Amino acid sequence: MLRYLFKRLTSLALTLLVASVVLFVTIEIVPGDPASFMLGINAQADTLEALRAELGLDKSKPVRYWQWLTGMLQGDFGTSYTYKTPVANMIGERMWISLPLTLFALLISTAIAFPAGIYAASRRGRFGDAAVTGMTQLGVAIPNFWFAMLLVSFFAIKLGWFSSGGFVGWDQGLLAGLKSLLLPAIALALPQAAILTRVMRSSLLDVLSEDYMRTARAKGMSKRSAIWRHGLRNAMIPVLTILGLQFSFLLAGAIIIEKVFYLPGLGLLVFQSIAQRDLIVVESVVMLLVFAVVTVTFLVDLAYAWVDPRLRTRS
Amino acid sequence: MKLRTLIPGALLVLIFLLAAVVSFVWTPFDVTKLDIPNKLQSPSMGHWFGTDQLGRDIFSMIMVGARTSIAVAFIAVGIGMLIGVPLGLAAAANQGSLIDELIMRTNDLVFAFPALLIAIMITAVFGPGAVNAIIAIGIFNIPVFARLTRGAALSLWSREFILAAKVAGKRATRISFEHILPNILNLLIVQGTIQFSLGILAEAALSYVGLGAQPPIPSWGRMLAESQTLVSLAPHVALFPGFAILLTVLGLNLLGDALRDWFDPRLQRLRS
Repeated sequence: MLRYLFKRLTSLALTLLVASVVLFVTIEIVPGDPASFMLGINAQADTLEALRAELGLDKSKPVRYWQWLTGMLQGDFGTSYTYKTPVANMIGERMWISLPLTLFALLISTAIAFPAGIYAASRRGRFGDAAVTGMTQLGVAIPNFWFAMLLVSFFAIKLGWFSSGGFVGWDQGLLAGLKSLLLPAIALALPQAAILTRVMRSSLLDVLSEDYMRTARAKGMSKRSAIWRHGLRNAMIPVLTILGLQFSFLLAGAIIIEKVFYLPGLGLLVFQSIAQRDLIVVESVVMLLVFAVVTVTFLVDLAYAWVDPRLRTRS
Repeated sequence: MKLRTLIPGALLVLIFLLAAVVSFVWTPFDVTKLDIPNKLQSPSMGHWFGTDQLGRDIFSMIMVGARTSIAVAFIAVGIGMLIGVPLGLAAAANQGSLIDELIMRTNDLVFAFPALLIAIMITAVFGPGAVNAIIAIGIFNIPVFARLTRGAALSLWSREFILAAKVAGKRATRISFEHILPNILNLLIVQGTIQFSLGILAEAALSYVGLGAQPPIPSWGRMLAESQTLVSLAPHVALFPGFAILLTVLGLNLLGDALRDWFDPRLQRLRS
């Protein structure tokens, strides 16, 4: 296991390193000087030079890459060209919306998918199964931002149960904060819940045809208790893998959903930064999201290898 | 084949394909012509899907929007296949070699950037637009096809007919294209259908956030973005483009399911 861990950790570090190079080079292609952008067209040459030196823009590209990389490792993402505040602070503030939103959506997705998948598998070929499968087809096909708009239109505008957008802030209490995030989280969770339901259903169906399940039934165990005591645990492995991978999709998907609900999270920050050509913010947020995606994938791989030792030896 | 998914799936896809093709020569109204006095009209015999906030005919815009969605998704799948499949074949033909390792690690790298992040980076650098949306979705498709091809091809390399081709003196590249590719084509077609539907969703999402097709080219995602503040006032403005996306993706998914069953008789038997 230790050897496997070391190998995967090296691969993780390499992926992140190459991703950082790709990101830095891509952003460096952009024409224009951030210092001129910050000071405007009437800036004095010496002021411009001073700012360029302050931002480290007078240094060579490899030196700047190195400083950006080592800075990030110490939590320093540089200074926003537009707001002139540390990018790390901006990300830190926005993270308190995007991360809870993602986790909330993951929770909802699981809460829908597990019972729905188990229900469909246990009623294979019957009406209940067909109904759940049909719903998952719709869930996978529905654009989540459109579903979000429909939720706002019905629950916020028509019924007035929720606010149509914005975030009240965690200082208003946990419940008020969660209420602000409920509609966005449902919209974000729906397609993932549909995918997870399908995985849960097919994984459980595979397990149900195993010999040990037949043995359990032959020993007099009811179908329900055989599923709960033996089937579910074994069906969980692929489900957990997908669940882990969904975290990345939800984190990226949150960028879109935040725009529908005007939530001041990382997504809105990215779009504002693109509009204002504040590329250092774009670069940092994208790097952070890539880090999250790669790390979660790594953790999923690790958990999978821990559960299934064959994977360790195969690698 | 599962007819109950094939027929509705193929029908839905055909309707939107037809709408896209016909829109090149005919639409009920000119989508670039504004008609403010007739803005936000409810669906009627004159305007089947009503009009939007600028008085444009929504039915005509959906027809032209189908063109944008289908074109972006189709080309993006094409990019993914044209680059991903040869890479996957090369990796499988040289399993365990440096080339295999390099291709698979590059794939891991691209996978680390969800399609939306690639699109954000590309538009941050080159500006928003349909072409950049195609590139972003296309880049994301490359590792999907490369992995699928590699996995499927690897299982074929140990088969007798491939060994026979090797003994006959055929080179790995020729074997890959003459013997391996035709045998994995069904898998690629099924995956292509799935990626196509994901491409439609991705294009809509990118256009919705302003990173996809730009005005005056109509796109379903941007139609939804423009209708966001009008949902309660004139729901039809948001409902029709949303249903267009939903039905196209649903059609492609149903078609994909039917094709998978058709190509995999084992699965067909299991299901029945």
